[in-house]
Amino acid sequence: MGLVDYETAYEAQRQVFLQVKAGVFHSAAIACSHYPVITLGRTAREDNILAGESRLMAAGIGIYKTERGGDVTYHGPGQVTIYPVFNLQLFKKDLHWFLRQFEEALIICLRDYGISASRRSGLTGVWINNEKIASIGIAVRNWITFHGLSLNVKKNDLQGFSYIRPCGLDVEMTTMESVLGRDADIETVKKSLLLKIAGIFKINEQPFLAGAAYG
Amino acid sequence: MVKVNVPELGEGIKTATVSYWYFKEGDNVKEKEDLVELATDKATFNLPSPCSGILKEVLYQEGDTVKIGETIAVIEE
Repeated sequence: MGLVDYETAYEAQRQVFLQVKAGVFHSAAIACSHYPVITLGRTAREDNILAGESRLMAAGIGIYKTERGGDVTYHGPGQVTIYPVFNLQLFKKDLHWFLRQFEEALIICLRDYGISASRRSGLTGVWINNEKIASIGIAVRNWITFHGLSLNVKKNDLQGFSYIRPCGLDVEMTTMESVLGRDADIETVKKSLLLKIAGIFKINEQPFLAGAAYG
Repeated sequence: MVKVNVPELGEGIKTATVSYWYFKEGDNVKEKEDLVELATDKATFNLPSPCSGILKEVLYQEGDTVKIGETIAVIEE
């Protein structure tokens, strides 16, 4: 998927989820970017949305309450967003293991671009020193995952985070372009990250990428 | 009476937070349908009902922290 609204991607996840549950796919991922949107995780506090309703409406930014873990986040066209729909019964029935695997895929993907990123203890996500470059929030039903992760690529998207207190934390966000000091292409990053995920989870790349493309 | 216990959610995970009850006490519940959602770190986990019946007792409310293995609800078959 390319640039889509949040609802379209959510519906795609729902469809893919049913197929994974039925055993049609072993695992699948939907890769996309979103029109600007704010989503609230299950443990979100609404006062972590800093901008007033009128300012958000003027900017055309919708708000969605979701069942993923975590607090509030922003999605925009300058991010690569991936929704993994994985049957954890075929991998490992371990929620934190799954989060750590995605952090690893993100760190390796960024390393290929010459970016040194790391984890921070107790703070899920991927960081460049004290700045956050990627966020993760998942939901699990029948041990099948949905929701997912976002990697900040284009520096123009940083503006969107000023509307919120990301993840309920007073953290600065950063992007690949901000760190690199040059342009980064969304589609190239998307494909690279999908390949790293396939590698980490030892998934056969070709059907996985085909599934991702059709997702 | 069937007890609903918090399942193993992964290595080193000792507690979770009750994040959402799909039903309230007195409601009819169905086996394998979502009963309660638990949260740990940046993940939520939907726990299905172990049987069909009436949700007799809810022992923990949304926002409460629960231990792995602990009974959080009782269902009358």
